[in-house]
Amino acid sequence: MRFGVVVFPGTWSDEDCYHVVKSVLGQEARYVWHKDRDLSGLDCLILPGGFSYGDYLRTGAIARFSPVMEEVERFARRGGLVLGICNGFQILCEAGMLPGALMRNDHLQFRCQWVNLRVESSRTPFTSECKEGQVLRIPISHGEGNYYADADTLASLRAKGQVVFRYCTPGGDITPEANPNGSLENIAGIINAQGNVLGMMPHPERCCEASLGGTDGRFIFESMLKVLA
Amino acid sequence: MPVSKEVLDQVALSQAEYDLIVQRLGRDPNYLEVGLFGSLWSEHCGYKHSKLLLREFPSQSPRLLVMPGAENAGVVDIGDGLAVVMKVESHNHPSAVEPFQGAATGVGGIVRDIFTMGARPIALLNSLRFGPLDNPQNRYLFGGVVGGISWYGNCIGVPDVGGEVCFSSSYAGNPLVNAMCVGLVERDKLMRSRASGIGNLLILVGADTGRDGIHGASGLASRTFEEEREMRPTVQVGNPFLEKVLIEACLEMAATGYLVAMQDLGAAGLTSSVIESAAKGGVGVTIDVARVPRREEGMTPYEVMLSESQERMLVVVSQEHEQDVVKVFQKWDLESSVIGRVTDDGLVRIFEGETLVASLPIDILTDPPLYRLKGVPPSYLEETRGFDMESLSLPPEGAGPVLLRLLSSPNIASKEWVYRQYDHQVQTNTLQGPGGDAAVLRVKGTRKAIALSNDGNGRYCYLDPFVGGAIAVAEACRNLACVGAEPLALTDCLNFGNPERLEVYYQLEECIRGMAQACRALDVPVISGNVSLYNETRGEAVWPTPMVGGLGLLEESERQCATAFRDGGDVVLLLGASQVRGDASSLGGSEYLEVVHGRVAGVPSINLDMEVRVQRLCRRAIGEGLLKSAHDCSDGGLAVALAESCIAGGIGFKGACAVGGRWDAALFGEAQSRIVVSVASGDIPRFRALAREQGVPWVELGRVGGDRLTWDGLLDVPLESLEAAWRGGLEKALTR
Repeated sequence: MRFGVVVFPGTWSDEDCYHVVKSVLGQEARYVWHKDRDLSGLDCLILPGGFSYGDYLRTGAIARFSPVMEEVERFARRGGLVLGICNGFQILCEAGMLPGALMRNDHLQFRCQWVNLRVESSRTPFTSECKEGQVLRIPISHGEGNYYADADTLASLRAKGQVVFRYCTPGGDITPEANPNGSLENIAGIINAQGNVLGMMPHPERCCEASLGGTDGRFIFESMLKVLA
Repeated sequence: MPVSKEVLDQVALSQAEYDLIVQRLGRDPNYLEVGLFGSLWSEHCGYKHSKLLLREFPSQSPRLLVMPGAENAGVVDIGDGLAVVMKVESHNHPSAVEPFQGAATGVGGIVRDIFTMGARPIALLNSLRFGPLDNPQNRYLFGGVVGGISWYGNCIGVPDVGGEVCFSSSYAGNPLVNAMCVGLVERDKLMRSRASGIGNLLILVGADTGRDGIHGASGLASRTFEEEREMRPTVQVGNPFLEKVLIEACLEMAATGYLVAMQDLGAAGLTSSVIESAAKGGVGVTIDVARVPRREEGMTPYEVMLSESQERMLVVVSQEHEQDVVKVFQKWDLESSVIGRVTDDGLVRIFEGETLVASLPIDILTDPPLYRLKGVPPSYLEETRGFDMESLSLPPEGAGPVLLRLLSSPNIASKEWVYRQYDHQVQTNTLQGPGGDAAVLRVKGTRKAIALSNDGNGRYCYLDPFVGGAIAVAEACRNLACVGAEPLALTDCLNFGNPERLEVYYQLEECIRGMAQACRALDVPVISGNVSLYNETRGEAVWPTPMVGGLGLLEESERQCATAFRDGGDVVLLLGASQVRGDASSLGGSEYLEVVHGRVAGVPSINLDMEVRVQRLCRRAIGEGLLKSAHDCSDGGLAVALAESCIAGGIGFKGACAVGGRWDAALFGEAQSRIVVSVASGDIPRFRALAREQGVPWVELGRVGGDRLTWDGLLDVPLESLEAAWRGGLEKALTR
């Protein structure tokens, strides 16, 4: 499989994603600079975490205008897999490739901690190796991960099974205490209607090796490998 | 024309120093030239009162790649063709004036010191001190500083892996904000700051220059506060996004091999950057301030030269490679401008367009007078040393409630409220993050890991600056030993009051001597550092507070140890003591003495020979896989160390050994050179043999197991109570 890791100015999870794809999963990977338009030969794109353009405006609001984003949209329209992690999720929302928005955490602080995610749908190319209801332990690291969408959008996401991950307790219950940022309905990750663009706030690339405290992130990458194989 | 007292005061030069300048130059300097002298002869840049003392530190090690002080940060060879670069720096006064931006730009500054050497910043640590949290101003400073570090560090993608936070009334009004950064570089890609090559270009890249931070080095950092004066305009405002872009662009540029030198702009801005770089190369420079991109119109040459606008870098490059370098800047959308050239005349000549506005010999500018005073022991020592520890009554409530009180005291309680606001995982190297004795980071592409620690205890240094200094070094190394790492090098930040006062000078001198002695005993060099003097408010100096940052190496990253107890039945030992006996003198300077008895008194002590042997035993035992946990016995003493190992492991402890002497001293005394470890019962014979070989006394304390911390007749506390007190302590203090 050939992964493209998109790099915007201010991106900082690019090397972490590249490391997982290349050294942990043994796949091919290359960086895609945000001013480039060449996505040839790539099976899948990762939009990594970071603070593109410092996130001084709204998160992702400037990065969405980078030249590469037109190509990312075209790539997705043709059915290519796109995984947006953290800032990548925020950029996908700003670009209109995913519905809703990510606002400042409700407690107004940045949070870097392990959270539990309940897999709400295993019928996606990113979660096919998970069981529905399975709890994944994955770290978050963000100040603006508070998912918001209007009531109609939320209802539609629910109805079409587009909510992929929710913050939960270790036992899998969806409670306010398990919600680290105030996201509506504890939403941590969603997929587009076409089913090939996933955005999630937690960082699966940070938990693919046991020495880093957990390997649940591999479920997501290995699901993608299976689909692409 | 002789200069007025107001002008000298503005740049913090004394009349005697001014007279010396006139004598050396053979003329009166003009206003701009006085500004240059004021900056470079400031304590912050020139180390006038500390340089002669700092020579005490051992600086020899076969692993050192650069002599301490010769470059922006120290460099240590860790094998595999790699080197670690590290340094710590203070941003105390800016943080007192504007905590959020003061702390943020402190992070930005220390990170530039690292990547200016071609190294990728891989870790940040912070050592913070504030006044007590029951005061709203202190809460504001604490929240602002943590917020600023979080904002800047998270944005640039460098993990914040460790640190320490302490509270004491000594720091009210003058918080200490020390930021440490660690970088990794391939040995042969190490970048230098030495300007050379006559005719080579000086290129300024990054942010435009504004009026922010003028007199930062001479005014804010090199004298005490006058509270009534509004100092906020001297604090800079950070742009972490620009810093992140500069990191990437500078590392990309360093890798091209086209750069002659690189130097960041920190304290005293363009002045120190250009002139120190020229001084190191033994060359001269010309600068045209008209070519410096500005944020504001109408800036004078004085303002341009002294501005401390952040996120600026200076690179020296030959004319033929100018375009190769500019191409990298353009890729990253960075502005750059050729502002000057390297010359052969040993002068710094500053032009504004065609007009020469300053011309000074660089050797005079960079050779400030160095002062060696005769310190006087502070008068308070008589009282603190004379205090009769035996006169203290034992707390009637018993050991359990005292333990809970200590665990919830802000100095000992969990700092998770702080570090969960810092990204401590980015770059995916963090094997052990904040909360343990030392952070452990793997080095990708090798089997190695590095360990990083951060220690200082102002209370010990207040009570005995020599011993306190020695303990700071010993503890930084002990924390490395607790994860199994061999100490390679230290960096330090010395936070003291006004050194012109002889009692403060005594503290500084004694503390450095104590640190140096511990360094020699532990065979570890000090490779970089920073001195922050004039930490006073209204004539009151802060406690003398050296902060020591330690770098350790683990040859095998899997052979590391952590603080958590693991399995029921494991035997818990105390290394460094042959019995548990409460000696009243060990309460000197303890957290217990201050929290429970409201006293700061006594004399801390340390036996460096024992310290060396205990650390070596701990490292060896971890290396041989004998230890299942190891935790430094420090603030709060033995009972707190046991409680922390229980909480981290989610499992209890049952004490079984006899306790002699005073129980409060046995449980909460802070005798040094002790480590609490756990060992699988089957490994005890091997451990015993190793301890005998290393000549280290130890005592069996009890066993891991259950869900309570108990000690017959002394203690019986449920694990959940310990955890609630420890986890909730800081937040409770914040909302009180």
